[in-house]
Amino acid sequence: MRDVCIVGVGMSKWGEVWRKSMRELHTDAALAAIKNAGVDHLDGLYVGCMSGGLFVGQEHLGAILSDYMGMRGLPAMRVESACASGGMAVRAAYIDVASGMSDIVMASGVEKMTDVSGDDATYALATAADQEYEVFHGATFPGLYAMMAHAHMAKYGTTREMLSMVAVKNHRNGARNPSAQYPFEITAEGVAKSVLIADPLHILDCSPITDGAAAVIVTTVDVAKKLGKPYIKITGSAVGTDTIALAQREDMTTIKAATIATQKALKAADKKIDDVNFAEVHDCFTIAEIVVAESIGKYEPGKAGQAILACDTSLEGRFPMNPSGGLKSKGHPVGATGVAQVVEVYKQLTGQAENGRQIPNNPKVGMTQNMGGSGASSVVHIMEVA
Amino acid sequence: MTMFSSRNWREYQHRYRLEASKFKKSGKTYFPKRTVDPETGDTEQEIVKLPDEGKIVTYTVIRVAPSKFADMAPYALAIAELTDGTRLMAQVTDCDVEQVKIGMDVRVEFRRIQDEGHHGVLSYGYKFVPKWF
Repeated sequence: MRDVCIVGVGMSKWGEVWRKSMRELHTDAALAAIKNAGVDHLDGLYVGCMSGGLFVGQEHLGAILSDYMGMRGLPAMRVESACASGGMAVRAAYIDVASGMSDIVMASGVEKMTDVSGDDATYALATAADQEYEVFHGATFPGLYAMMAHAHMAKYGTTREMLSMVAVKNHRNGARNPSAQYPFEITAEGVAKSVLIADPLHILDCSPITDGAAAVIVTTVDVAKKLGKPYIKITGSAVGTDTIALAQREDMTTIKAATIATQKALKAADKKIDDVNFAEVHDCFTIAEIVVAESIGKYEPGKAGQAILACDTSLEGRFPMNPSGGLKSKGHPVGATGVAQVVEVYKQLTGQAENGRQIPNNPKVGMTQNMGGSGASSVVHIMEVA
Repeated sequence: MTMFSSRNWREYQHRYRLEASKFKKSGKTYFPKRTVDPETGDTEQEIVKLPDEGKIVTYTVIRVAPSKFADMAPYALAIAELTDGTRLMAQVTDCDVEQVKIGMDVRVEFRRIQDEGHHGVLSYGYKFVPKWF
């Protein structure tokens, strides 16, 4: 296995991007990454997308997207693991380069979510849950995470304020991110007073519907050195899975798939969780960030909420989480999210985070945690300064 | 999404009859039925009917519902642990949504879940009902 690194990143505009189609969004991110890395060709493309078919009626994305980015003939394929599709695309590119099959590969992600009505978007997203035993009964994604929240609150005394502060913190970071869909600050009071979606989750506990794409160039250390651009190493890449239905989990207050993936990725990187300086995690709902912070082993079960209240996970804290603003503020074009998490880690580790969003004291090790559905799949990457 | 009748019919064993797999080696019951015991790899099993009583272990109240369920909103959705330890998700009905709590005793009852209207399939299944009746 060869050492693998990331040498360039790119993002399209994120938000309700009515003027751009899925292929245009993807092309914007792809060309930005190619330019950023300074590569003159690619050996392959892995594109993460949850549901081109349901959102825009378009599958067969490897072919169409490589053509529209000006690379007809490129070996290209789409990778899917619901909302973890982007992270899985990064992992596919990592495997391709590590194995020696390819030298310069793009991992990208895209989702075009606002071409359909809110109801159709809810339907498309719900396909990541158990169709026959959850969705059939009227479950929605906010509803599934709301059930995790109630279970976590009952077991550990997690509070409304702890949930709200996840959103407040992430919006504070996102307000400094030029790529964020909602780059503004919110208050805990504002979260608690926003409309209820699925008790106890309010609309400001939820990540938004977003159009967007992100891309990274994955390559070898030799190629990265020749390009002369800043690069970081991927030292751990791992996936975990669990039951798709929440009811069948051993414990609904933890996400076992994230635990499995984190432990494997840390082992590959020869690191402990306390060696990791910061994390981009999958805060699709505020409760998700709390549960994930515990599931990756950073905080004891039931202790992450307190840590968030104590600003431990803020930009200036001991373990910043979601310096990008997270899914909550930056937006959540589901297939692109896992790739955009890697974009943020690249920026932080190379000292390029914009507008005072840079984590102080030169972080050396960052991680991403991306997950699908209510946590049935999770992909984790550990990245380090070169 | 259109509920094709074969797809609906295939689920009768679970939705109408609460049939589950009980594996020989582990003695564990899984709902819905599955071919392999995920813990032991065992494939020897018998079909059992789930108990129809249990306790709510977590819940939510869906206030913003998919269009198919919009006229029911707000509705309570819960996961109950039945007396044999299996868990399943269903709506909680025959009570006010504000009355639903973790720890509430419920019965599993046969109810209509959703319909397609205009000659479409009516889908039946199970819902939870508070045991205070």
